[in-house]
Amino acid sequence: MTKPMDQILWQEIEPGGVITEPGNASCYHTGAWRSQKPKYDPDTCIKCWRCYIMCPDCAISPDYENNVFVWNFNYCKGCGICAYECPANAIVMEED
Amino acid sequence: MGQKVGIEVSIAAADAVGLCDVDVVAAYPITPQTHVVEHLAELCASGHLDAEFVPVESEHSAMSVCCGSAAAGARTFTATSAQGLALMAEIVYIASSMRLPMVMFLANRALSAPLSIWNDHSDTMMVRDCGWVQVFCQNGQEVYDSIFHAFKVSEDKRVSLPVMINVDGFALTHVIEPIEFWTKEMVKQYLPPFQPIHTLHPDKVVTMGAFGMPEIYTEAKKALDVALWNSGPVVVEAWNEMAKLTGRQYLPVEKYRTEEAETLILAMGSICETASLAVDEMRESGRKIGMINLRLWRPLPTEELIKALAGARDVIVLDRALTPGGANSPLTSEIRTLMYAEPNRPNIYCMVAGLGGRDVTPNDIKVMVDTALADKHTGHYIYGVRG
Amino acid sequence: MASAVSDVSITETKMAETEKKKVIKPLKNFPMEEYINSGHRACQGCAEVLAVRHVLKAIGPDVVMAMATGCMEIISSPYPYTSWTVPWIHIAFENAAAVASGIEAGLKALKRKKRIPDKEITILAMGGDGGTTDIGFQALSGMMERGHKIIYVCVDNEAYMNTGIQRSSSTPFGATTTTSPAGRVAPAGQMTWKKDMVAIAAAHGIPYTATACPTFYNDLQKKILKAKEVDGPSYIHILSVCPTGWRVPLHKAIEYGQLAVDTGVFPLYEVENGVWKLNRKPKELKPVVEYFKGQGRYRHLDDTLTAEIQDKITARWNRLVKMCEADKED
Repeated sequence: MTKPMDQILWQEIEPGGVITEPGNASCYHTGAWRSQKPKYDPDTCIKCWRCYIMCPDCAISPDYENNVFVWNFNYCKGCGICAYECPANAIVMEED
Repeated sequence: MGQKVGIEVSIAAADAVGLCDVDVVAAYPITPQTHVVEHLAELCASGHLDAEFVPVESEHSAMSVCCGSAAAGARTFTATSAQGLALMAEIVYIASSMRLPMVMFLANRALSAPLSIWNDHSDTMMVRDCGWVQVFCQNGQEVYDSIFHAFKVSEDKRVSLPVMINVDGFALTHVIEPIEFWTKEMVKQYLPPFQPIHTLHPDKVVTMGAFGMPEIYTEAKKALDVALWNSGPVVVEAWNEMAKLTGRQYLPVEKYRTEEAETLILAMGSICETASLAVDEMRESGRKIGMINLRLWRPLPTEELIKALAGARDVIVLDRALTPGGANSPLTSEIRTLMYAEPNRPNIYCMVAGLGGRDVTPNDIKVMVDTALADKHTGHYIYGVRG
Repeated sequence: MASAVSDVSITETKMAETEKKKVIKPLKNFPMEEYINSGHRACQGCAEVLAVRHVLKAIGPDVVMAMATGCMEIISSPYPYTSWTVPWIHIAFENAAAVASGIEAGLKALKRKKRIPDKEITILAMGGDGGTTDIGFQALSGMMERGHKIIYVCVDNEAYMNTGIQRSSSTPFGATTTTSPAGRVAPAGQMTWKKDMVAIAAAHGIPYTATACPTFYNDLQKKILKAKEVDGPSYIHILSVCPTGWRVPLHKAIEYGQLAVDTGVFPLYEVENGVWKLNRKPKELKPVVEYFKGQGRYRHLDDTLTAEIQDKITARWNRLVKMCEADKED
């Protein structure tokens, strides 16, 4: 696990400032930015994938077992694209 | 041992780059560097050198191509001069901070305006703080040998920094000198294959060139500073190794007739050959004078310099660049700073000479020495200026 | 291959089908892997990062990416963190094309000399509209002229958003930015017309160039795959709606992409080996006012200015249609 930037000593910086842990920014939870939250109704959902495809934050993924789409609220910034683009009106935005 | 041939220094340097089996050459023409990349183009076109020759549309792109190529793990070379260096300066700083090994041949030339294609050191002094290893050459053989040395130092994992070889434009680049060539076997023995610390490849994913928040920028710069200082012993080690192979021993600080010298001339580059002639003449007339040739500019060989200068009464620095409106010219400022805390520090005088290709003869150097000793000026003195 | 991407757009028939079953079926030929991780700091509702997401999905993991300074760089790489799960480098603002040229040359030489395995690696260069159409223009031209096998993607949000919404040569006529404010002397705000980058790229004689928009993600991915296959440089210009800079609601980026295409403001087309082809041809263009509506950057436009823009958009559209039809006949 990468140390927070204000604790890194100069000796600990990889030569040239190279980052060797791909995608480690996922430890930063952009969900904290959210003021609105999508509310999802799996019964209304037509499973068309549009919310997944259009999410700029890769925060939506399919759960095949339970036949639903799930939101990762660590990352969902609450932009509302999923709700607005949903052709079945299965998602509504609510105050978080 | 290789054979000795009379050859233009630029062509010899390009041949050396070819012998190093370089992978990528980024080339943009600018006088007086152009002969280097022209010859490399010939080597590539004729199949003598298996490299990607990238004829970029600017020096800015030349240095950018070099960064990409070095990051991909390829042995990388470019050459430039003056305005070209000025245009690429932004990326020059990035190459070192990102610890990207590469070699650049810098044909030292004056910066515009007025436009001048002739030699001085104003271009290299502009990037004095760029974080590269920077060496100066006195003659053609040194230029040729420096190419092998530069690749070896740059690619050494203990260093992993770009190296700049300063070669006085025309005064060195365009002269024909007898140069002892290396054989392929010698290069193979001296220069190991390039094995970078990190490369851009899907098999091992890395991110290069992340940005630095205020919380980390200082640490990143400290890391670069230490890396550059730590390159010093590797530079010397590589010169020592070369001495075993060629019999030519290079030192970061070269002394010439300094025994019991009260006065020392300090300079960098090809002017040292002229200065040595002046020293010879003055020695013959009984004066206690010697010369210091500073070969390694970055990292500055501080201990060697202090040792070389501390005993003298007067040091006259031949500065080939001007710092308008500043405390002193770049080389002099550096030497004065270095010697400030020394209890037996010499008087240090600045003589700015040879700007924009103005000829400097041994006699000029004698006059400069006499002027400095009589004048005892503290700021910079522009020698030979009319009016 | 272009055919590798299935048509997953939502047609009404498909919707009806899925509605009956309501079971999640895996998307066919639609890559599920993400190459820009969650945790990136793009603004809410950013369609630019969505474009990047789809570009990388189309290319897959065997890629090396050179990125210009800009929004996508700054949101993804505050040391020691990175959002990228593919090899990625950033050097400066104006040189993504040149850095990519160096990577391509380096990997080519190393493969030829058998120092690295002979693996097919796509080289991707990416910059915003400032880094591409303004300050990176020369490096891009050099890259295209020299014929490096690189996909250059311009993610165009029509201004310097990262520095706080300043105009670029890709800002459309009539849009206000902080350096093209509307006033008595400059009633339109931006008083110049958007630089036609695809025409410029095509004029370099490169094998493939196209426009795209993440709203039409399918078309976008197809184009990236095409670019990946051509032997030489390709240039893809992607309209990326920026809610922050355009002053539109956070949830409307996809819709404005649709409107930009449907009004002819940003037509979807490609130029393949010199042949121009429209990829989407609405029967009738919607009026530009429908696109302008709700965009804060166009709020100051009066009827005269709107009519002027409409005329220009119509004329450009007609010219494009004519060119494409002429090429079809050839």
